Amino acid sequence: MPDATRPPPRRPRRLHPVAVRVMHWINALAILMLLFSGLKIYDDYPILNGLYFAEAITLGGHPETALQWHFFAMWILGVNGLVYLAYGLVTGRFRRKLLPVDPREVVATVRDALRLHLGHDDIRHYNGVQKLLYLGVIAIVVLQVATGLAIWKPVQFSEFAALFGSFQTARILHFAGLGAIAGFLVVHVALALLVPKTLVAMVTGGPLEDPADRALAPSAPPATR
Amino acid sequence: MTIQRLGSIFRRPTPIGQAVFDDNRKLVASIDRRGLLRGSLSLGSLVMLTGCDVGHEGSVQSALRAVSEFNDAVQAALFRPDHLAPTYALDQVAHPPRYNAFYGIGDVRPVAASTWKLELAGRIGNKTPWTVAQMYDLPETELIAKHICVEGWDYVGHWKGVSLRLFLERIGADTKARYLAFKCADDYTGSIDMATALHPQTILATRYGDDPIGDPFGFPLRLRTATKLGYKNPKWITAIEVTNTKPGGYWEDRGFNWFGGI
Repeated sequence: MPDATRPPPRRPRRLHPVAVRVMHWINALAILMLLFSGLKIYDDYPILNGLYFAEAITLGGHPETALQWHFFAMWILGVNGLVYLAYGLVTGRFRRKLLPVDPREVVATVRDALRLHLGHDDIRHYNGVQKLLYLGVIAIVVLQVATGLAIWKPVQFSEFAALFGSFQTARILHFAGLGAIAGFLVVHVALALLVPKTLVAMVTGGPLEDPADRALAPSAPPATR
Repeated sequence: MTIQRLGSIFRRPTPIGQAVFDDNRKLVASIDRRGLLRGSLSLGSLVMLTGCDVGHEGSVQSALRAVSEFNDAVQAALFRPDHLAPTYALDQVAHPPRYNAFYGIGDVRPVAASTWKLELAGRIGNKTPWTVAQMYDLPETELIAKHICVEGWDYVGHWKGVSLRLFLERIGADTKARYLAFKCADDYTGSIDMATALHPQTILATRYGDDPIGDPFGFPLRLRTATKLGYKNPKWITAIEVTNTKPGGYWEDRGFNWFGGI
């Protein structure tokens, strides 16, 4: 029950609460396992003529081992991802941090970035490009799980798999998703290294949240001891 | 026309004579294990396994196998015994079917119809072997379904043959048993769960379209199930065993998922 007269929590939260940090790094591990084993699985029957991935950048060594890694990591991503989505929605973190996306701000941020001006004084506030990238990668990972289910169980889940057309369409979409996630990772890691305090924050928790922002939270959980 | 693609796991070339392998089986196995170790030391796994003892290849492998067995159980639970795989129109059928085996099409050794017998073993009431003529006389079920390979390719095939459920009933098999194991003329082995064996789209195929199955595709008898990956469909079958002891298989023993359901 919202109560305007309630005093602010005694210990304000950090930018990244410990739950977010733990889920972020579990997610990172699962996605890397899926990505590198996925390249090996791809190599067995390439979609793009002549595009193979060198064994050194793949996980598993053999297709059968790569498949074992893939179908091991899918559980980590699936369970961790569901908890992460539930957490982001229930605590209001997604709404607070990622919405609204202002198109004018996105254009302005891209323009600044192209002029090699990376303004990031207050890492607690995501700029338009960040919001768009984070929302985008969440959507792509959800879609990736969906196409993954469609190619894992095209018969048992045939009604669901039909949403993607044929088996090959779902397979191509699943590979395109791999490309999109890899592309996100390149940008995400590069920017984290360019603004190292963002990387540190995902380990230590980062600066304390602005109480004014907390008040905007639609369903901020009551402070517990 | 069949396109032969180099490097495919299902057409792995065997340049070394089989006798050499037999004489040096232990050595070959240890080399293969080292190969696995090298593979698991690729960049990706080094990034992933920081902090773990990457030297303990055995424990990583056994953990992955354990998860794969867990996935068998999950797939068995997801299996819908009465749910039918999508079927297709005649004009979508590939002619001929796509060749695949663990060796090239040039190495296929055709099975002679006159001497071929289907041997039966295990929990079966009547174990009298079956001849080609007897198999081709059984009532036919038609299956126009996708063959999906674990590699990622697929094609629509048009198979005919006796429903495996009907055949198991005919020979007095214990359909409460858990597994079926298959032996093949080319020494390939395979196995499936009983629920899949009893599925309406699981047949012992004898024909492709209107003709007997061609030599490269499993003449005189092969399994076609619409609910499993390609490697769970043994060709040139020579023996079927009904058992409660989980059998392995050629690819399954090498680490491919046992259930292999789709």
